[in-house]
Amino acid sequence: MIRRDLNGMTLLAFDWIFLIEKLVLIAVIITASLVIAMYETYAERKVAAWMQDRRGPNRAGPFGLLQPLADGGKLFFKEEIIPNSANKWLFILGPSLAMLTAMMTCAVVPWGSSLHLFGRVIDLQVADINIGILYVFGVVSMGVYGIMIGGWASNNKFSLLAALRGASQVISYELAMGISLIALLMMTGSLSMKTIVEQQIANPHWWNIIYQPLGFLIFFTCAMAECNRAPFDLPEAESELNMGYHQEYSSMKLGFYLFAEYINMFISSAIMATLYFGGYDIPFVNEASLAPNTAAILGVLSLLTKIFIFIFVFMWIRWTLPRFRYDQLMDLGWKKLIPLALANMLITAVVILLKNH
Amino acid sequence: MQALTQRSRAVDRKPLTLWERIYLPAVLKGMTITFGHMFKKRPTINYPEKTRPFSPVFRGLHVLNRDEEGRERCTACGLCAVACPAEAITMEAAERKNGEEGLYREEKYAARYEINMLRCIFCGLCEEACPKDAIYLSETFAPSNFARKGFIYGKDDLLIPNPKTQPEELAKARGEA
Ligand code: SF4
Ligand code: SF4
Repeated sequence: MIRRDLNGMTLLAFDWIFLIEKLVLIAVIITASLVIAMYETYAERKVAAWMQDRRGPNRAGPFGLLQPLADGGKLFFKEEIIPNSANKWLFILGPSLAMLTAMMTCAVVPWGSSLHLFGRVIDLQVADINIGILYVFGVVSMGVYGIMIGGWASNNKFSLLAALRGASQVISYELAMGISLIALLMMTGSLSMKTIVEQQIANPHWWNIIYQPLGFLIFFTCAMAECNRAPFDLPEAESELNMGYHQEYSSMKLGFYLFAEYINMFISSAIMATLYFGGYDIPFVNEASLAPNTAAILGVLSLLTKIFIFIFVFMWIRWTLPRFRYDQLMDLGWKKLIPLALANMLITAVVILLKNH
Repeated sequence: MQALTQRSRAVDRKPLTLWERIYLPAVLKGMTITFGHMFKKRPTINYPEKTRPFSPVFRGLHVLNRDEEGRERCTACGLCAVACPAEAITMEAAERKNGEEGLYREEKYAARYEINMLRCIFCGLCEEACPKDAIYLSETFAPSNFARKGFIYGKDDLLIPNPKTQPEELAKARGEA
């Protein structure tokens, strides 16, 4: 934080404006991700409908745009049921944890370059920590506790089974994801998301997807599995384990679980866009030639566009592919993705070595 | 063995080739199919705003007819009630008094005429049984109410507007205005 002290204040004189700046940024990001998650539910239903030759929600408001509000309102007013045999605290902790971890990852994503306002340089990133990616991984793997605790606390064998499946799925796919990411990190040489984006913006360098297509594919597949999206939605599996780990949940606690899934989808799209698709880089435009504020705003928009495209692809895949069987899921994770990721890592390493000599 | 239908096809149980096992080409193919469907015409009709055209013999809720002079045609003969397989029709007959010639076409009329729309199966037999062309099944359908009582339609629900005194209402009910 000393680094960011642009007005020459020392750490002793605490920079209150800096704090306010960050708080505002956090508020904006959280609101934005909540609103986006809300409209993701709407988009999901619309996309599903279109792909199945239906119309989708179109009753609440123009084009059904108020549908997410209606759904949210409904969830709030539903009866709150906590099963007698459930562990009350853990039962509440489950969805809270799912939501918390979903929101926490927003912190390290660089949403844009920096704004110049009132003589200050405002970074559009909550925290540029030098272990950004590691932080994301740490928080995301905590997300599995939301599922596990929820399934366990419900005291219901179906929920528990679903939670077990969810946990093993997330753990197996995290492995392949991590390895595919190592290949990328060997190239960038930095764990900070901001640095990774800036490297992609720098002119002679293209987006990382050009250098790491296989890595991206693996990362994307694993991200889908981590978000528990179809075809990897085994923990949820509405048709087989009747709702899976959130079977006993009702009212807004259920809403939190569902919401967390959509926020996760948003964040993982943001991370993929950042790591592989140049983050807030505007394609075919040299940012340096624009005024810094314009560049920052356009950059945010460009990042959002990339994110929305990813979200659409997520939905597109969900409504195309049927769910994997459990053994197929494990087979794909351990026997295909991990060897592929290892091979990708080795090849990258060899190429980097050859280039440096 | 002879196939039961001409559409049956032998299931291909060959092991998957490498191309098929990569799985991605198949995924992409599936995705193009779903993407294509996004731009297809949707068969859904936006119901309350748009309605599907019905055939002229559609059997919806009943109406009780009047003749050109606005007199009720029903003579309370009870044939519709007898014909009704669901026993949905109840009526009470009454004799036309002097001075009521403008109201009722025949000397006997239905003082009370009720159809229970929850019992009715919309078969149209009452329509066929009526010797006086007094009862018809209209194109209105989907009655809704909060109580069962509300589904028992009396004369005031069933009778069409009087062509003499309420021509606009009649035209509206016919869907002409
Ligand atoms: S339509 Fe059929 S069931 Fe309904 S009242 Fe007439 S005869 Fe009875
Ligand atoms: S509606 Fe027709 S069949 Fe029924 S009682 Fe009246 S005249 Fe007779």
